Amino acid sequence: MEYDYDKLGLKVGLEIHQRLDSHKLFCNCPSNLREDEPHTWIKRRLGISYSELGALDPAARFESLRKRDFLYGIYYDTTCEVEADESPPHPLNEDALRITIMIALMLKMRPVDEVHVMRKIVVDGSNTTGFQRTALVAVGDDNSYIETKWGPVRMATLCLEEESAYIVDSTPEMARYRLDRLGIPLVELATQPDIWHPDQAREAALMLGRILRATGRVQRGIGTIRQDINVSIEGGARQEIKGVQELDLIPEIIRREVQRQLSLLEIREELLSRGVVEKEIDSPIVDVTRLFESSSSKVVKRSLYRGAKVFGIRAKGFKGILGREIQPGRRFGTELADYARVFGGVKGILHGDELPGYGISEEEVTSVRKALSCEEGDSFILVIGDVVSAELTLNSVKERMKYALIGVPNETRKALPDGNTSFMRPMPGSARMYPETDVLPVNTREILREVSGKLPAMPKDIVSSLVSKFGLTEELAWELFDSGRVEIFRRLAEKYKIPSRFFASVLVSLLKSLKREGIPVENITSNNFEEVARYLSEGKLAKEAVPEALAGIATGKYSSIEEFIEGHSLSLDQLDKIIDEALSKLSDKIADRGMGAYGMVMGEVMKIVRGKIDGSIVSKRVKERLEEFIQRS
Amino acid sequence: MPLHYYGKVKKLLESLGIEDYDRVRIEKDGRYYEGILMPRPEILDDEHIIVKLDNGYNIGIHIDGAKVHLVRKGESIKHRELPELRFRSDLPYVPLIVTGGTITSRVDYSTGAVVSHEKPEELLDIVPELADIANIDYVPLLAEFSENLTPDHWAMMARTIQRELEKGAEGVLIAHGTDTMHFTAAALAFMLRDLDKPVVLAGSQRSIDRPSTDAVLNLIAAAKIAAVGPIAESVIVMHGSPHDDYAYAIRGVRARKLHTSRRDAFQSVNEPPLAKITRDKIEILNNRFRRRREGRSEAKLDDAFDSRVSLLYTWPGITEEILESIAEKSNGIVIAGTGLGHTPRWLIPVIKRIIEEGKPVVITSQCLFGRVDLKVYETGRRLLMAGVIPGEDMLPEVALVKLMYALGHAKDLSDVRKIMRTNIAGELGSHLGLDVFPPCWGVRHGV
Repeated sequence: MEYDYDKLGLKVGLEIHQRLDSHKLFCNCPSNLREDEPHTWIKRRLGISYSELGALDPAARFESLRKRDFLYGIYYDTTCEVEADESPPHPLNEDALRITIMIALMLKMRPVDEVHVMRKIVVDGSNTTGFQRTALVAVGDDNSYIETKWGPVRMATLCLEEESAYIVDSTPEMARYRLDRLGIPLVELATQPDIWHPDQAREAALMLGRILRATGRVQRGIGTIRQDINVSIEGGARQEIKGVQELDLIPEIIRREVQRQLSLLEIREELLSRGVVEKEIDSPIVDVTRLFESSSSKVVKRSLYRGAKVFGIRAKGFKGILGREIQPGRRFGTELADYARVFGGVKGILHGDELPGYGISEEEVTSVRKALSCEEGDSFILVIGDVVSAELTLNSVKERMKYALIGVPNETRKALPDGNTSFMRPMPGSARMYPETDVLPVNTREILREVSGKLPAMPKDIVSSLVSKFGLTEELAWELFDSGRVEIFRRLAEKYKIPSRFFASVLVSLLKSLKREGIPVENITSNNFEEVARYLSEGKLAKEAVPEALAGIATGKYSSIEEFIEGHSLSLDQLDKIIDEALSKLSDKIADRGMGAYGMVMGEVMKIVRGKIDGSIVSKRVKERLEEFIQRS
Repeated sequence: MPLHYYGKVKKLLESLGIEDYDRVRIEKDGRYYEGILMPRPEILDDEHIIVKLDNGYNIGIHIDGAKVHLVRKGESIKHRELPELRFRSDLPYVPLIVTGGTITSRVDYSTGAVVSHEKPEELLDIVPELADIANIDYVPLLAEFSENLTPDHWAMMARTIQRELEKGAEGVLIAHGTDTMHFTAAALAFMLRDLDKPVVLAGSQRSIDRPSTDAVLNLIAAAKIAAVGPIAESVIVMHGSPHDDYAYAIRGVRARKLHTSRRDAFQSVNEPPLAKITRDKIEILNNRFRRRREGRSEAKLDDAFDSRVSLLYTWPGITEEILESIAEKSNGIVIAGTGLGHTPRWLIPVIKRIIEEGKPVVITSQCLFGRVDLKVYETGRRLLMAGVIPGEDMLPEVALVKLMYALGHAKDLSDVRKIMRTNIAGELGSHLGLDVFPPCWGVRHGV
């Protein structure tokens, strides 16, 4: 079912995060990701004062409520004291700033006169410093927009910031991060909330991604670009959905978020009509462990054996609501379980709408209801754990249930692979930025002078020139653009006489299909492509042989295309000999059919020479030799 | 509110009655920017205005073609709710003498301004753990970066410490900038005689306004050593590694800042650190120290120092004139020589002359680690014959401070020599085990 988004007042803004292809933002380390184990780990804690937490920053507050150890994996060769927060940052990477200003100008945004680096407090451990360094580089105005099928989308801000550390794993007590990713320059491009249709969001993200790539100075590949989506509907609340990596998922995430907010608003109506009030949700936490002493539930038995206890609260008026679906496969109870995990550090909760179940019996449910003084229409929540985590868990669950009476809470949510989202943390306040005094501001005048007038072409102009100049189809031209190989295509297609559509498809579809087969196409160099173009133009390499040749290069079987050809090419004399052999082998058939045997001969010859010589040459030669053969006999 | 601008911008802002933290609206090229006017660091030009926009970002706007309007006057920095300070009769009294450095300042996030703490409550707000270690009170003394401190400041500190000990402190904490913390630590070791309680210096390499500050652990560890530690000496307590899990207590006369920025910049030279302090316990690593004594302190102040002493780091090609001109303005010289304690041969006659004039010359080594030995090579022997005082295993900076002390107590060269050659505060004659040099630290710490 498609909603009437206009009527719902859907508002979507995008925040696109794109890693730049330059060294790190505040040191000279390369922006390389590592796959090997870090060489060593360092252990840190982050502190923040209690008084500053209260009013200013619920996000930071909640993180610091947990005294966590953070372990940072370092690499002696590609990370340095700066990432480890053992040395002040170097000056802002001007190359990265230049790329950012280029992007700003391509989008007709206004670079600021002087860029000031700020510290944005982040105490989840993803930055060794406890803050992320970020700078506002350009702002949008009414001229800075992109045109989509659903209307224009204006740009709001363009920031240059440092990428966070890569999280390896985490528990409530500790989190491990790797420092290879920390400090990679990242642009954050935010749009105004002009998007009003889920598919428009996808189109805008695609267009903006292409503009970023047109600079030729952004990183490519998985994880190098990601979208945060801000979504709200009339009467609902703004949600910040983090970390969407697939464009195709964007519309689905928005649709499901709309569904979730509508469901939460319905739940609110229902609770109010049931007469539920906030005070009644604040029911006491009760230790109900004794009711489960002879439980046959495996989960319960195992936990009690380990010394855990079972605690419960009454959920006044929530019967039937805890189990209500708010997104496909996600229930209101799942939302509560998110809070339990995040704030209480427990694996989850059990609620009345899903019990009996998990081995918990009807009788146990009845006695729990009684112990928690549940009446008709009430449900309950159980959590298994120690006193401290149970209290944190159930208090956070109560807070969330209370909010159900108000409507949709502002949250930062995580995108899930199926298009749903889960709660990550409360929406951070805005008062958590202060100047990075270790980095001097940068005047943009010189860079502006250098960059303006030398801006890269916009994607749509590049594509239309590929179509008009090289006769590519528009689809192939976009694919070529998205593959990032426009430059090499243009250079080789201009230099050599080659069939350009075929060559474009080599650079796009062939590489894609080789990659799908698991062949490491990244080993193929631009030199190899140039060889392919040259030998194709000289007729020394058959079109049919290109896949095998490039696969051989990628896997290291051949060191060059030339080497491949040496092993695979045929001289015309050798070809004639093979044709002659086929002719004599098939002489009976030829006698019967005359030139009608051409296909058969051709088939016989191609079996032997495929990929070693251009098919059109073979065909011509077979025709000639066959004619001669018929005349002779 | 004052106005932190100069030149052109200052003129403009003053004419509009605008001061720091006022809300301003700037029109430029048909676009509006509204936010809070931020103070401008002096190192920057006088052509830009810094505005904190409502999204939290600061930007600099060039004033050419900009129309600036005052929207409304700024509000003063709000005072925060602070945790209440409660006296606990079960905990010792430990004063915190504040001399400067970043360890007792904080950032106001709404403006970005760095403000100094005025009350111990503010420190407890950041390091609440301190409340369970000792009853801490602030003794504001100075507000100086440590590079600006002088021997007079050392004497002020020593006097304050002695007074606090007399008042019944169980130990004294000193918040200090890190640059010259080891000079101060050494000076206090010589100025406080018969010390019977810990005197603990602590600082931070990452300022306390950031969540990753090292000050939290340093202060917890330092307060523990001051409150209940057994070491009745002047010590420096700082991070022992890049980890946030332990700090070292290093004897003041053995401490050296060996890195510009790392948390574990302070290292113990020529002897192991005295103790390793974690959040749970104090582990003694080196038993050779003065013990704490119970009861009221009987420490005495002995601050007779002659600060006209120089420290010269020699180099290949250093000329006689340089040494001569330094000697002219000094009552004594410490030379940080090369290797075992050598100087170029042509300096030796000058050194001889200086000593003959009655000015002591002490030889230490740029190597920092190890002991000087002037008997091994010809140059060393000639230096000995010229009458230099070998600094043994003393750090050059410690020899400098000690020579100030010695000249404050003796004028006669042979008496000065006697003092310099006598161990007073653990600065001389350590046991140079094979575990005291950096490549072997891993073995020692089991890292």
